[in-house]
Amino acid sequence: MRDWMKLAGIRSSEITDETVFKQRRQLIQAAAVAGMTGAISAEASATTPKLSMPIKSTDYTVDGELTSEETATTYNNFYELGTDKGDPVKNAGFLKTEPWSVVIDGECDAPGTYTLEDILKPHDIEERVYRLRCVEAWSMVIPWNGFALGDLLKRFKPNSKAKYVAFETVSDQNLPGMRSRVLDWPYREGLRIDEAMHPLSFMAIGMYGNVIPNQNGAPLRLVVPWKYGFKSIKSIVRISFVEDTPPTSWNMSAPHEYGFYSNVNPEVSHPRWSQAKERQLTGSTSGLAALFASKTETAYLNGYADEVASLYADMDLKKYF
Amino acid sequence: METAATATTAVPKSKRRKASRWTWVSWLKVVVFILGLVPAAAIVGSVVTGKAGPNPIEFITHSTGEMALRLMLLGLLLSPMRWWFKSTVPIRFRRMVGLFAFFYVMLHFLTYAVLDQQLDIDALLDDVLKREYIIAGFVSLLILIPLAVTSTQSMMKRLGKRWVSLHRWVYVAAIAAVLHYIWLAKGDQLEPLIYAAVLALLLGLRIWRHFSRKTKRVKPA
Repeated sequence: MRDWMKLAGIRSSEITDETVFKQRRQLIQAAAVAGMTGAISAEASATTPKLSMPIKSTDYTVDGELTSEETATTYNNFYELGTDKGDPVKNAGFLKTEPWSVVIDGECDAPGTYTLEDILKPHDIEERVYRLRCVEAWSMVIPWNGFALGDLLKRFKPNSKAKYVAFETVSDQNLPGMRSRVLDWPYREGLRIDEAMHPLSFMAIGMYGNVIPNQNGAPLRLVVPWKYGFKSIKSIVRISFVEDTPPTSWNMSAPHEYGFYSNVNPEVSHPRWSQAKERQLTGSTSGLAALFASKTETAYLNGYADEVASLYADMDLKKYF
Repeated sequence: METAATATTAVPKSKRRKASRWTWVSWLKVVVFILGLVPAAAIVGSVVTGKAGPNPIEFITHSTGEMALRLMLLGLLLSPMRWWFKSTVPIRFRRMVGLFAFFYVMLHFLTYAVLDQQLDIDALLDDVLKREYIIAGFVSLLILIPLAVTSTQSMMKRLGKRWVSLHRWVYVAAIAAVLHYIWLAKGDQLEPLIYAAVLALLLGLRIWRHFSRKTKRVKPA
């Protein structure tokens, strides 16, 4: 049993026994060879237990329809676990989240290596329903469980030189997707300090009231709802306070296509496709009906302009895309 | 042998040709025809049963595009196979493979235009005029239309030598199709580059043959 689950008040009866889990993995891999993954991988996504600590409800809700848990946990971009949308759930077992620690370094007064328990201990867990807009023009509405990023960062006492916050995804596990050099591993992301301290920026340890599944970025991931999904970095192992704009993975891979800010903006097209509309993936329309669902207009800053537009008041967002 | 000989004399010439056509090649054509429909049936099946996943439009777009590309490359493999095996049998599948490629190209295009863009003319025009990968795909489609239309036996006869030069445009269509894939891929370029390598090999074989035959022809003279 993971210690941090104990901390989170998860009963061991709720957790799949490791040998059963491994057998299930083997079964899934065997099934993949047999070409019948569809049915079984959906079952794999149901293996995360409930977060049984109290979850405070909040005013962070969304008018639109919630994406089904199955859709949100089986259609993922997590390139360390493979580049197809179905790969992360299939390869989820390769990611080992126990033990887990996060290195905090850079311009702060309390740097160090913190265990996940240390990270989580002082925070009350709340639920926030956020829109998630992928740069690939699809979107979801997901109930996340976690705490404000700013509350976490303040604990490490960033100093006046801390202008940016850099994040890093786990990379020392030789995950199956890392064999191909699609991106320059480890995956890196970053925020300006005022963006990071904004109350909307969120650290998730769960979704739908359940422990966050590996394919969604267990055990600790960022959620920045007004930016394209790739900014919301998964499976975080390092947080650094830095003075200059930190390098970020997609920006390094294609600087003219993915900017450091990557704010959701229907007015600024991706060089290769329009960002004006999005396909909302709810999971409730399935089969043939899903073929005739129409796209919806993408909102400036993903609908969070009232909260965060002031962060970019004097900036030309066509230049700083 | 004897019966065959008697049959030849008994049956009128035109009918005889038709009867002799039902060879193993004919049966193979039936098999290939059914095989060509299998991916389409599998795609429909996956969508209806929900196995296509949460984004079925993306699934159909990707799988029909992939099939179209594979069939275009398969079609371009048939001529080299003729040279290799010194048999005209592969060539007899060229029309069917080509038309199946066109079938999947049309499904791919219609999925994009009707299901994905919902026939939003402004959005379609915006794409076709501005986005490189859409332009490449559209060029490929526009080339393939006249090729499909002129694929019949009677058109072949009517166009004569011009038919051959018209159908050489399939090389341009294939190059445009591969560029379409290379330009749209996000991050992982491995698969598009495999298609590009196969296409380069297939076109390279033609160039190599063209020049090697020329030199051979020159020598005796």
